[in-house]
Amino acid sequence: MSPVSRGFHRRRQDPAANAGRVPPGQYVTRDFPVLSAGPTPHTSLDRWSFSVGRAGQRKTWSWAEFRALPSQDVTVDIHCVTKWTKLDTAWQGVSVDTLLDLAGYDGPFAVAHCDGGYTTNLPVADLRDGKAWVAYAYDGQPLDPEHGGPARLLVPHLYFWKSAKWVRSLELRDTNDPGFWENYGYHIYGDPWREQRYAGD
Amino acid sequence: MDALDGNAIGGLLREVFGTDMTSAGSVCGTCGAASQVAELAVYLDAPGTVVRCRSCDSVLMVFVKIRERTCVDLLGLAALDT
Amino acid sequence: MAGTALRGRLTWQLAKVTAVAAETASVRTITLDVPDWPGHQAGQHIDIRLTDEDGYVAERSYSIASAPGEPVAITVERLDDGEVSPYLTDELRAGDDLELRGPIGGYFTWEPADGGPLLLLAGGSGVVPLRSILRHRERAGSTVPVRLLYSSRTLDDVIYRRELDQPAPGVEVIHTLTRRQPPGWTGYARHVDAALLAEVAWPADALPLAYACGPTSFVEAVSQALVQSGYPPLRVKTERFGGTGGA
Repeated sequence: MSPVSRGFHRRRQDPAANAGRVPPGQYVTRDFPVLSAGPTPHTSLDRWSFSVGRAGQRKTWSWAEFRALPSQDVTVDIHCVTKWTKLDTAWQGVSVDTLLDLAGYDGPFAVAHCDGGYTTNLPVADLRDGKAWVAYAYDGQPLDPEHGGPARLLVPHLYFWKSAKWVRSLELRDTNDPGFWENYGYHIYGDPWREQRYAGD
Repeated sequence: MDALDGNAIGGLLREVFGTDMTSAGSVCGTCGAASQVAELAVYLDAPGTVVRCRSCDSVLMVFVKIRERTCVDLLGLAALDT
Repeated sequence: MAGTALRGRLTWQLAKVTAVAAETASVRTITLDVPDWPGHQAGQHIDIRLTDEDGYVAERSYSIASAPGEPVAITVERLDDGEVSPYLTDELRAGDDLELRGPIGGYFTWEPADGGPLLLLAGGSGVVPLRSILRHRERAGSTVPVRLLYSSRTLDDVIYRRELDQPAPGVEVIHTLTRRQPPGWTGYARHVDAALLAEVAWPADALPLAYACGPTSFVEAVSQALVQSGYPPLRVKTERFGGTGGA
């Protein structure tokens, strides 16, 4: 380990206040850091669509159709692999259960495709049963493009790189094919409570 | 979030290539744009560092540091001088 | 060229802080004694690394503020919600160790042999590497004409103000204050735009060399305007600073 820099500490935590809510190795932040692998896309709502399915067989919603679907207000804690955790984040979105049921397509795994080319992969079981949403509002406001607006995937029980920004489709697959960061060595699953940051963890 | 440029990863590039790369010439494998590495668009912060072409936004280089090992992907480049 | 060290292993080493001096209310210049310093070029930077007791590591890059031949110094602006900058500006003191590596960068550098006339464009703390260039020019006895266009929010935010108020022969400093101006201010009072540049920049047919440094939005705006006014892109060098997120 490098020599300790006298008097330097990362942002201080209050362990007692957040007992049980902070996964190992994480620290609580009050900001909402913006991390991106590329420029912020700006897709106009009249050209936006969201699809679920496989090549050749998909159910697609326009923005108006998507916003007409039943939505939920959820407050969740989110955990980024870069070690920050943000508690009690408030979102509004359509449950992925709703989207999968309406689409009528199924499969063991899914890849989220996004404007700008980002992808991430998840087991469909981690998108079902009230564990995931396609969120279009944060903290009572339309989701900012910097944070993934018009809509992003929200899967709070996994590291936040799985909550893909600017999501446009969920492609169902039979194999668990690694997405963008998974390809470079990040964990294929990403459970913050088992500290699954990197492949092999 | 505004992109930085190749100057911001001068140290990382020295680690990986053993020499200064900020003045090195690069050619985008997608659109053919030629640029010095210092002028490419750089998106910093973990999970990794992504370097993109300023003309077409294609990914040119990706650097990911995991457990003291750096993974380097240069597949987006058509050419890189040293 | 002695000590440019652009090749070979770039290793972390421990430097000693010899001084921390206030430039403005939120900006400090930190002077360092670096035992194995190979020398540097004007415009280069260093990476610094801070480690806490739990082994948490934070790394940042800072432009070298001093000229080749002077003790290594960096100038740091405190960003209020930053993790590293408040430590460097408020906590670090003479006698402390600071882990660093460098010098880094072969693109955003200037030597007298590179010629001019020089147009230096500074947005906020982007003035730091340009000040290294100015000091190097003076120490080298160069007579290359220079114009520094320096954008700051207010006069109190101008870094190296006394030094820039007494520029070396052949150097013109033009300020623009974008947020607030002192009473009686007759200088520029807006963000740099094409019209302002047209009044300040060397004409393109003088074959000038331009260096633009500061926040991304500043650098993009000025470099695009210069290229549109006829500066060849290869004669406009850019270095973008981040001011958020990793502060």
